[in-house]
Amino acid sequence: MEGELVLLGGGGGGGGGGSSGVSTNESAVLSNVEVVSEACSYPAESELELGLGLSLGGATGKTKPATATSSWGECGRILTAKDFPSVVSHRTKNGGPSVSVSGTKRAAESVSHEGGSPTGISGSSQVVGWPPIRAYRMNSLVNQAKSQRADEGDSGIGEKDKPKDALKKKLNYNGNKISSTTTVNEKGHLGFVKVNMDGIPIGRKVDLNAHSCYQSLAQALEDMFLRSTNSVGAEKEQLTKASKLLDGSFEFVLTYEDKEGDWMLVGDVPWRMFVSSVRRLRIMRTSEANGLAPRFHDSNERQRSKPI
Amino acid sequence: MQKKTAYSFPDEILEHVFSFIHSGKDRNAASVVCKSWYEIERWCRRKIFVGNCYAVSPTMVIRRFPDIRSIELKGKPHFADFNLVPDGWGGYVLPWISEMAGAYPWLEEIRLKRMVVTDESLELVAKSFTNLQVLVLFSCEGFSTDGLAAIAASCKNLRELDLRDSEVDDLSGHWLNHFPDTYTSLVSLNISCLGSDDVSFSALERLVGRCPNLRRLLLNREVPLDKIANLLSRAPQLIEFGTGTYAAELRSDVYSNLAEAFCNCKELKCLSGFWDAVPAYLPVIYSVCSRLTSLNLSYAPIQNPDLTKLVSQCPSLQRMLVLDYIEDSGLEVLASSCKDLQELRVFPSDPFGEEPNVSLTEKGLVAVSSGCPKLQSVLYFCRQMSNAALVTIAQNCPNFTRFRLCLLDPKIADYRTLQPLDVGFGAIVEHCKDLRRLSLSGLLTDRVFEYIGMHAKKLEMLSVAFAGESDLALHHVLSGCESLRKLEIMNCPFGDKALLANAAKLETMRSLWMSSCSVSLGACKMLGQKMPRLNIEVMDEKGPPDSRAESDPVDKLYIYRSVAGPRFDMPPFVWTMDEDFASELS
Repeated sequence: MEGELVLLGGGGGGGGGGSSGVSTNESAVLSNVEVVSEACSYPAESELELGLGLSLGGATGKTKPATATSSWGECGRILTAKDFPSVVSHRTKNGGPSVSVSGTKRAAESVSHEGGSPTGISGSSQVVGWPPIRAYRMNSLVNQAKSQRADEGDSGIGEKDKPKDALKKKLNYNGNKISSTTTVNEKGHLGFVKVNMDGIPIGRKVDLNAHSCYQSLAQALEDMFLRSTNSVGAEKEQLTKASKLLDGSFEFVLTYEDKEGDWMLVGDVPWRMFVSSVRRLRIMRTSEANGLAPRFHDSNERQRSKPI
Repeated sequence: MQKKTAYSFPDEILEHVFSFIHSGKDRNAASVVCKSWYEIERWCRRKIFVGNCYAVSPTMVIRRFPDIRSIELKGKPHFADFNLVPDGWGGYVLPWISEMAGAYPWLEEIRLKRMVVTDESLELVAKSFTNLQVLVLFSCEGFSTDGLAAIAASCKNLRELDLRDSEVDDLSGHWLNHFPDTYTSLVSLNISCLGSDDVSFSALERLVGRCPNLRRLLLNREVPLDKIANLLSRAPQLIEFGTGTYAAELRSDVYSNLAEAFCNCKELKCLSGFWDAVPAYLPVIYSVCSRLTSLNLSYAPIQNPDLTKLVSQCPSLQRMLVLDYIEDSGLEVLASSCKDLQELRVFPSDPFGEEPNVSLTEKGLVAVSSGCPKLQSVLYFCRQMSNAALVTIAQNCPNFTRFRLCLLDPKIADYRTLQPLDVGFGAIVEHCKDLRRLSLSGLLTDRVFEYIGMHAKKLEMLSVAFAGESDLALHHVLSGCESLRKLEIMNCPFGDKALLANAAKLETMRSLWMSSCSVSLGACKMLGQKMPRLNIEVMDEKGPPDSRAESDPVDKLYIYRSVAGPRFDMPPFVWTMDEDFASELS
């Protein structure tokens, strides 16, 4: 490893041919390493080839098997601009697939999202950090939607298919915010809740809106808190097996504090109801979790939960 | 004959001259003229700004500047606002407070942004700085109302308490009661971020009633509309007011009380709040509208025509924050009514909806750029843009200092030509020679970065997401933007080359953030070894980097210059790449 941090006058640079025009979505995930080692060649800049002190080109993307030890990035890369066909003459919005990846790195799922939606981001998937709206403002938007739902009593406000003018006329003039799509209403809580795990002093935050079911939430939390030091096979394992946090078999169990301040086991109520009433989460030692509201499969023993 | 030289000029005179120099930059420039100027300047500097709390240690600051009265500190990187920085990253203020407690007993002003402030820190502040006049906690977290109670009880000279956008644990609303009855010096109070149990209204009323100099009062959402009239009648001298929730059943007594209260506030110029606002109560502020210079309706779900009607009554507006309910039609009215407009921010009401819920497009922004000659600062969320529109906007507003465009689909092309938006943003940087801050979005190739590197010579802060095709883009920016201080990048295909080739540039900047890019661990290590005055922090929640290959990309990278060396308060998921890194972990 040379460590030269200077511009090299010539040579190096890797393959010409300009931008990553040839990569297709199937190989997108694998080709990111390869593309990085190419310099984008503009005629005016051909004398400017950036020196690289590291040999990055060695790991050729296409031949890498999916389970290669070093490339946690393959399963976990967010697709980026380079993964898409050259921008100039393409009809489809290149933005579609790339943003349909949750920030928690599930690129393997995203590869199948070819084409995306013509207008861009599919409403059900967001990237962490986009759009760049402060958490404070996001939560405010949510609270408006929630209070409006509470007043209205149902969530069927507005439909996506209605033309905009008709929609405006339908707007409720007692001033509550109406969302024209059902996205926010269905997803309910558009915001981050704090998560703490017994024995770990530093808490985290998780975006409930990035999940549509308990499994996905539990897996995200397992990633955050129970990550194994060896990233190799663990990811594959986590993608396929059911969450240990939910089934009570593990040393820890997932609980939440609801709006009334009571602590409950996660998984009892329908997802949407959970999302609209949760205040924060706690991964609790199973031994301490006695006395909480029982799981859904023990519904005949259901009792009022006790605060911790 | 003795030669008289410059440095025989009496120190006291120089000190007196320096007392007229307030800007930190100018003071810094004066301090490097010669050693004696350095000495004189450092003894008489009273105000200091530390843009990155890890760039320098409190000990070093105190050693150089023995008598500081006002300090401003910033902690977490800007992208922490969008949840890209996990909890526990750092930015703790306690070490600073602890050291300043002994060194600066006369400290008057503390301003913190994106820092972790604990109750312990606040209690220490209350105990140590009896002359504290200003406490601003902007986007901070980690404290509760107990800490606020300590401040209220002890800081008899407090003029300004501003908790803007902070996260406060609500324990008790009675912290306001801790302001003693003899306390009357409040000038500015911003508690808009507090939750439901955090404010005892009667305590607030009494406080407002006994502080005749109160000029700025921003309430939290939980203060109901029918209480506001009473509050305003106790403080008719207010210049800036933020309501609580602005919704209630329409009642004529409440309505008329409100209208009268607003009417009596003859100096009111700035309004905000308006959570859950209902149109029925909007007209109560009409008496104030003609004087308003700043209006923040960005939490108000008011639609047209009520919204446009309100805006049309505010010809003196300089600053307007609003949701996209204003639509293109409302912005056209804004453009024709508000000729003094300098700053516009339009936020999305439904950011994750698949279809647009309002008719807000690039046309609204074009209209404002055309109608408002003083427009300087824009933050605009919308769903479509064209190069032609951007070129027009650029030509209309060569005086832009801040331009932030956020297309909700971050990689959307010019909707008319399906081309990337390179040319449009290129026009912005080419025409707006004073541009200091720029945020890009939309489909963008390396070309836009070429334009930025070529033209944006005064650019200080650049935010990039989902843009570019290769390292050349990053190279253009790092090599071309002479004034660049802060660069933040997410989800772009930028790797090692540009970074390594421009490593020296990084020492001239405050910080660089790169997340979900393609910078390899090996490059980070190399930078860490070669650049001792940079802290190279790698953030990865999957596990320690030593378990990975050199060529693997890092998840998040935060590079900043520092004279304090690597920090020691990092959480388990942050690693510093420095000379010792490799040996530490082996």
